[in-house]
Amino acid sequence: MVEQNKIIIVEKLNKYFGDLHVLKDFDMTVCESEVVVLIGASGSGKSTLLRCLNFLEIKESGTIMLDGEKIEAKTHDLNKVRERVGMVFQHFNLFPHKTVLGNVIEALLKVKKMPKEQAIKEGKELLAKVGLSDKSDVYPSKLSGGQKQRVAIARALAMKPEVMLFDEPTSALDPELVGEVLLTMKQLAKEGMTMVVVTHEMGFAREVADEVIYMHDGYIVERGTPKEIFENPLKERTQEFLSNVL
Amino acid sequence: MNSIHHFFETFITSFDLFIVGMYWTLAVTVCAFLIALVLGMFFGFLKITNIKILVWISDFYVWIVRGTPLIVQIFVLFYGLTKIILIPTFWAVTIGLAVHVGGYLSEIIRGSVSSIDKGQQEAGRSLGMTASLTMRRIILPQAFRRSIPSLGNQFIITLKDSSLASFIGMQELFGVANLEGSTNFDFMTYLLVVAVYYLVIVYVLTVFVRILENKLSVSD
Repeated sequence: MVEQNKIIIVEKLNKYFGDLHVLKDFDMTVCESEVVVLIGASGSGKSTLLRCLNFLEIKESGTIMLDGEKIEAKTHDLNKVRERVGMVFQHFNLFPHKTVLGNVIEALLKVKKMPKEQAIKEGKELLAKVGLSDKSDVYPSKLSGGQKQRVAIARALAMKPEVMLFDEPTSALDPELVGEVLLTMKQLAKEGMTMVVVTHEMGFAREVADEVIYMHDGYIVERGTPKEIFENPLKERTQEFLSNVL
Repeated sequence: MNSIHHFFETFITSFDLFIVGMYWTLAVTVCAFLIALVLGMFFGFLKITNIKILVWISDFYVWIVRGTPLIVQIFVLFYGLTKIILIPTFWAVTIGLAVHVGGYLSEIIRGSVSSIDKGQQEAGRSLGMTASLTMRRIILPQAFRRSIPSLGNQFIITLKDSSLASFIGMQELFGVANLEGSTNFDFMTYLLVVAVYYLVIVYVLTVFVRILENKLSVSD
């Protein structure tokens, strides 16, 4: 196998909320174009990990390297770092006072200081990509959950991030709307986007993931290819979890 | 019949005087409210910082303002200020009212800012926006929309409270009614006349706030 560019390297990451030890010596490497899927029960630290990767939460110890560069809250402007790491939230978190296009181009205009015309052009391209060209002037309240999440994906993509983080992107959706969001994500994966995905959609994990990590109580119980994890899990806990969700 | 006739006659003959009075009422109200907005934002934000000493300062301000009658505040400010510096009555009243209303606005502003879902801030930050940019572009516009009914309400209260300015000799709406009523020995008629002015202004304001609310909530 060709040596790939390592986009994210996490070593011995520890995170506490007060007395609660949420992430315990967490290690992970994500190569370029790779899709890593984190599975596990709620409270296992999956979302916290993503939030640490985006520096919405600040780790207590350990290292996070982004594209070969060690990122520290003290030495780095985290705003600049966050531009490079896209995030999609469970509850979309679209800006309700802005149109769909306004949501997508907000950061292009205000963070990247892109000229308006170019931002609109890029914004419309992204909306076309997620299949929502006809919705650009609509406000988020008029969209279905699936459409909202696709806008949120387009909004995160607008910054041309090096990696995209998905925090349970389909958990808040009605079952019939899950498919369209997963399809958009599969499309992204196919185009070579580096992705870290927290999800309960095992079908997605099986089909798209390069690596599946099963987390429990802040540490990694088992990791491997989807085939290894889903067809032949070695640890008893993994087997138990999978038998509950599959 | 006679008294109704008398009421309208008084209304018409005093029209010029009340229009001038209305001008001063509106001038005091608008100026005081604008200053109060600045004060309210400032003290509201102090509280949002969650820094102990700043929160304490803000709480203290609100405590004083809410804990004492407006008329006391105006008198203290008026006689206190005019002892130190010569300040026109208009500004003494306006500043007094502004300090008072600012206390209430700070609570409204703090409440509406903290009512915005935390996910909004996270979404902004995750796109690389700074904390202040997120506040300005994402949180405040939503908080403002949400607070329009309360702000409108507070504006109406300010308008009516401005009548206390008459106690330190300002000829705003109530001051005119007070003066004319006592010089003509016809207090009740002038009180009813001035009540009509207040009712009409407040009604217009209420309609305006409702339109504003509807217009802005379309996108919510």
